[in-house]
Amino acid sequence: MIFLPMAISFVGAGVIWNFVYAVRPVSAPQIGLLNAITVGLFGGQPQAWTAFFQPWNNFFLIVVEIWLQTGFAMVLFSAAIKGIPVEIMEAAQVDGANEVQVFFRIMLPQILGTIITVSTTIVIFTLKIFDVVWVMTGGQFDTSVIATEFYRQYFTYNDNGAGSAIAVVLFIAVIPVMVYNLRQFAQREAV
Amino acid sequence: MKSKFFSSCLVNGALALICLFWTIPTFGLLITSFRDRLDINSSGWWTVFPHRDWVSIQKITPAPNVDRYAPMTLGGITATFEQFDQGITSNGKRYLWIGNRRIGYLDVESYQWTADTTFTMTNYQQVLASGNLTLKLKDGTTFTQEGVGMGRAFLNSLEVTIPATVIPIAMAAFAAYAFAWMKFPGRKMLFALVVGLLVVPLQIALIPILKNFVALHINGTFLAVWLAHTGFGLPLATYLLFNYISELPRDIFEAARVDGASHFTIFVRLVIPLSVPALASFAIFQFLWVWNDYLVALVFIGGASKNQVLTQVLANLVGSLGQNWELLTAAAFISMIVPLIVFFSLQRYFVRGLLAGSVKG
Repeated sequence: MIFLPMAISFVGAGVIWNFVYAVRPVSAPQIGLLNAITVGLFGGQPQAWTAFFQPWNNFFLIVVEIWLQTGFAMVLFSAAIKGIPVEIMEAAQVDGANEVQVFFRIMLPQILGTIITVSTTIVIFTLKIFDVVWVMTGGQFDTSVIATEFYRQYFTYNDNGAGSAIAVVLFIAVIPVMVYNLRQFAQREAV
Repeated sequence: MKSKFFSSCLVNGALALICLFWTIPTFGLLITSFRDRLDINSSGWWTVFPHRDWVSIQKITPAPNVDRYAPMTLGGITATFEQFDQGITSNGKRYLWIGNRRIGYLDVESYQWTADTTFTMTNYQQVLASGNLTLKLKDGTTFTQEGVGMGRAFLNSLEVTIPATVIPIAMAAFAAYAFAWMKFPGRKMLFALVVGLLVVPLQIALIPILKNFVALHINGTFLAVWLAHTGFGLPLATYLLFNYISELPRDIFEAARVDGASHFTIFVRLVIPLSVPALASFAIFQFLWVWNDYLVALVFIGGASKNQVLTQVLANLVGSLGQNWELLTAAAFISMIVPLIVFFSLQRYFVRGLLAGSVKG
């Protein structure tokens, strides 16, 4: 079920989480799950989580991103962990390592390559993030990101120069990853 | 032994919790989309499950001549209108005034198990239809409202997604074969270019492509979106298929060549049938990606066109009717239904496609 969000569009995810974060006036019953919990269980005030709840509103957008991408990372990690030779794990257990030690001393170093690949993929993915922010806040309330700012400059304000400049900045930001990728690729070709 | 049992309980518990957290938002959306508009606005979706709440057991309408400004005796309780309006609890029953002072009644409620289980298809009707529509609510009132017209957008989405999946795959298969098994000058350079392009965010290319499309007068048409998706999808498609095709056994290619097969024959007779798994997994990938895409459609189809796809209509709905949850939830679910079907029926290929992309390196 954790993989489920991978099939859902970012716009759809925006709607789903808008609904979780939905806020009603204090007098009305809360229909958003988060506010219902806040008011019902903790007796707090309903909050407009993604809007006026600064600076934490960005955090609530991050939750949506995490929700969307955990499944992706998990598929790749589980495959990598399955790829670790059984002998190594058994040898560690024979030597008396407990599960925490096996995890940190053996599993993590073994899948380090995958961790790096997955991290770079997700970083790239998140750098381009547009839909979630656009649908949930429209970049208002200090939540604007590179892509939404780019769209606003270019299409809303018709400022071609600023829009293009933002695109170029984004490009410069991914150059290190690109170089890293190419070097990895060259190494693999050489082997 | 005991600690092992305990730790496995811990792990399973944590997993169950994560699963719950990951599923609940979508589940809530699904349930809400089937609820009546009045229910959605008066209670959370979780009230469809059995829970304890005040349930109306009797309605007492006072005679018209009763003075509403003096204490009234109703159902054995004497109180003023203000007190009834606040609600009075006595003997495990609650007496609550519903409505205003002149027209209204006293609701006698008891605290018991209940579940809100009125479900309706009205929301979906309204979201899918275009043109004016008269619909009936739970309490019998009817209202006329314009439909959202998602049926049309659904077809548009299909029309965009299918060619935008087929074209890049066809091109990428040719390219991958050439990179893997043909010798030509500049092969390494070109392939390094493909690998480099893998991580370039598509925003960078939006403006120049848009300018070209405007100059060619194809902006706002399906053709523009097909081309854009093809371009943005090609590097990854080529790279994935190259990974797969380059690892096919060399012997069969040599055997075929000895038998006098040309590159084209080898490609059609050998490579395509052998790389069906890779083609399928990338097709699913690209299909989901194009179907769920919003930015490319927004830029190249534009705001007001009749060619709008599902994600655009949904996003517009958030902007214009952001509090009409009965529409938003149904619309969101319609936009998710196809990817969900694809995802669940082809999950195995999908996971394999992901693995081919990232772990091999």
